[in-house]
Amino acid sequence: MTQITVTVDGTSYVDNVEPRMLLVHYLRDVVGKTGTPIGCDTSNCGACTVLMNGVSVKSCAVLAVQADGADITTIEGLANGELHPLQRAFHEEHALQCGYCTPGMIMASADLLRDNPHPSEQEIRDGLEGNLCRCTGYENIVRAVRRAAEAGVKP
Amino acid sequence: MTAPPVAHPAELGRARLRKEDARLVTGQTNWTDNIVLPGLLHMAFLRSPHAHAKITRVNVAPARSQPGVIAAFSGADFEGEQGSLPCAWPVTPDIVIPNHPPMAVDEVRYVGEAVAVVVARDRYEAADALEAIEVDYEPLPPVLDMRTALDEDSPKVHEAGNKSFVWPFANGDIEAAFSGAPVVLERTYRQQRLIPCAMEPRAVVAWCEGDEFTIWSATQIPHVLRVMLALVTGIPEQNIRVIAPDVGGGFGSKLQVTAEEVLAMLVTRKLGRPVKWTESRSEGNMTVHHGRDQWQKIRIAADSDGRIRGLDVDLLADMGAYLMLVTPGIPLLGAFMYNAIYKMDALAFKCTGVFTTKMPTDAYRGAGRPEATFAIERIMDELAVELGMDPLELRERNWIKHEEFPFTTIAGLTYDSGNYEAATAKAKDLFGYDQLRAEQAERNAQGDPVRLGIGISTFTEMCGLAPSRVLGSLSYGAGGWESASIRMLPTGKVEVVTGSSAHGQGHETAWSQIVSDQLGVPFEDIRVLHGDTQISPKGMDTYGSRSLAVGGMALVGACDKVIEKAKVIAAGMMEASADDLEWTPGRFSVRGDPDKSVTIGEVALATFAAHNLPEGVEPSLDSDHIYDPENFSFPHGTHLCAAEVDTETGMVTIRSYVAVDDVGKVVNPLIVEGQVHGGIAQGIAQALYEEAVYDDAGNLLTTTLADYLVPSAADLPSYVTSRTETPSDNRLGVKGVGEAGTIASTPAVVNAIIDALHPLGVRDVTMPCSPEHVWRAIQDAAETGGAA
Repeated sequence: MTQITVTVDGTSYVDNVEPRMLLVHYLRDVVGKTGTPIGCDTSNCGACTVLMNGVSVKSCAVLAVQADGADITTIEGLANGELHPLQRAFHEEHALQCGYCTPGMIMASADLLRDNPHPSEQEIRDGLEGNLCRCTGYENIVRAVRRAAEAGVKP
Repeated sequence: MTAPPVAHPAELGRARLRKEDARLVTGQTNWTDNIVLPGLLHMAFLRSPHAHAKITRVNVAPARSQPGVIAAFSGADFEGEQGSLPCAWPVTPDIVIPNHPPMAVDEVRYVGEAVAVVVARDRYEAADALEAIEVDYEPLPPVLDMRTALDEDSPKVHEAGNKSFVWPFANGDIEAAFSGAPVVLERTYRQQRLIPCAMEPRAVVAWCEGDEFTIWSATQIPHVLRVMLALVTGIPEQNIRVIAPDVGGGFGSKLQVTAEEVLAMLVTRKLGRPVKWTESRSEGNMTVHHGRDQWQKIRIAADSDGRIRGLDVDLLADMGAYLMLVTPGIPLLGAFMYNAIYKMDALAFKCTGVFTTKMPTDAYRGAGRPEATFAIERIMDELAVELGMDPLELRERNWIKHEEFPFTTIAGLTYDSGNYEAATAKAKDLFGYDQLRAEQAERNAQGDPVRLGIGISTFTEMCGLAPSRVLGSLSYGAGGWESASIRMLPTGKVEVVTGSSAHGQGHETAWSQIVSDQLGVPFEDIRVLHGDTQISPKGMDTYGSRSLAVGGMALVGACDKVIEKAKVIAAGMMEASADDLEWTPGRFSVRGDPDKSVTIGEVALATFAAHNLPEGVEPSLDSDHIYDPENFSFPHGTHLCAAEVDTETGMVTIRSYVAVDDVGKVVNPLIVEGQVHGGIAQGIAQALYEEAVYDDAGNLLTTTLADYLVPSAADLPSYVTSRTETPSDNRLGVKGVGEAGTIASTPAVVNAIIDALHPLGVRDVTMPCSPEHVWRAIQDAAETGGAA
């Protein structure tokens, strides 16, 4: 067991974890942040995307011990009293159906807009290539990211 | 009591933002894997590495001494209690339905079949301990190709042989249609095996307290599941509660009674503690039922002016190793759709269901109808080439004209309504059909190495599953009705209980809109409840684009009953005769005395108080209704795809995609458009990217999302969508939209590719039309001088 200190959505946690524990399992099973789901076991689907020190990571591809000292933001910590512009845009553009990919899609979009505040449609599509959705055909996800970009998302 | 009526805009047709989203965009979700219970244990399954083998020994004892392990069981430990997983659709009287134990005991028949289970304190410990289990196998020869599985010298999957059933259907004189026909074409098409890949993996939590079982499952069918779990395990139905919490997509894959659900129940009963199992994606790709997997031999006979005389279809359908819930019925759902929107003199259909040593197949978005639509729309294009006609003109010559509805087809179905002319005209216009044809001719003349192809799909589908009497005539094991309940609360708010359990479709929003219109209660004042057999005790669940056409109509029926009950009480409140009352949604008023009125909320409160109800009237407005449809509904549309095909690399790029769908009246255009987008994407995925591939030993090679290519945003085009609106004959005028896009888009894309390559002699490309498949088809055509 290794002791780690991790800030998750503004709260600091100190836990003893197995060195092999995945960050996503730490978030879900230890911290109770079940808003971040798991969609695969090979880091292809992106459902578990969170921000680690402001940069998107697939939390199934990070060990909990690697997050020692890090500041993690999950979908549950994104809203600040009111919905984050990306959360609002996903709602307003009907960019989700079952909603399982949505947390990862929104977190990856947040990082995309941090990197490129005014992406073209193709840049959005390329930027979200690591996040899979089976319901929407991506049309409305692209629209939502554009809408959030137009609203001027602040990371 | 005399407040002026509040103007209440109609909800039907309004693009309401979804109620569901608030929790989904903030992570306040309740997926099955999120559930934690006191003393919860985790299950992990050991699965067969062989496609076919005798199990000669299983020793789970070494696993029991591993850290954190509470128990470990093999198939023998469930002897006498695990039953056989159900097949509810015995399509012929002589169908072979093999015994299908949830955990294999003597023999395994596909890679991934469960042979043992470990139960431990956490998921890591459970997975670790699997390695300690000893299993001895005696390998048997696998059966991997359905085309040779029926040969006499083929190894057998089951003792009874590899044939499950032969299901024939015919109408009209097929001999006469083909004999002497000026044009007869025959083609063989391959429907590759697909993996549904709902984003949420399957998960189940089971808890036995005393003799009461609660099962949380990522399922599309909590109601069907409850009945089936009772039948399989012998546990009395009244002791089983099934809850489908938030469910992350299904596409048919969660329309199943799974081994893991049954075993979770048996394990919690053995241990007296709650257990959870959540599959990994790799496990899921192997063991969630697959879709499609057919060889389709199709012959068409036509007159020289293009009129279709007859269609003869001979299917081989891979059942996989066992028959699951509706496995054998899936190809037959397509039987009635091969004739599609076209008139003809005769139709013959035969389907042979074949066992192989692979994961069983079952429902996947469209279920039989995408396969049928692909074959007919592909061969219509081939016929057009043969006749030198424009493929749209050929279709128009044969399709049912809008003034001919309702129309009884050669397959015996009565199409309720449609207007193929209108949808096609709109699609051509949005697409720029004539301009693209001109560009295509020019580029072909120049010998452009990147060819432009135009793909057409004028599809229809059968949805609103289903009239119970029709299901009975097809030997299906249940009815096709749907249930709804309306509960009028004392404060004038409404609870709506539906038996149609949603997993992404937006029922909470659309159902609120329907009830708001019917009862005149604000959208915001309505709460929709579903997915728990204790809250919503009756239902047939969600699949086959049935929810709105069947479940939506059940809501209307229940609202009617509420209004009937309320009318009697309102009459008492206003000291008027019920016959003198007028109902405008939300309010009763006395005819000829507009000042005298009561709202439905006021009636609800008076009913709750029950101080002064008319003699013999019960103090409740709550009403239930079961709706059993008279007919299916038949959405249709015209999808057009322009594809650029690089003949040097085989790379296909979709340049534009236009979809004009007619799904009847629309409750929420936002939701409908979303369903069309997602459906198109899934159909394109079959056309270009996805295939479940087994190697020669029967190992699944596409176990991960790195190997099984679910497309990303970067792989898909933007879609232009529009609608025409031909109402159905039910009271809402609705049809259904869940599968339309998937049914339409696969042939549209492949037709575009073949249209591009026809001048090079290419007549078919095996799906998925990957660069390799396309490139090889071009090379083969060049080698055979364009006669491929």
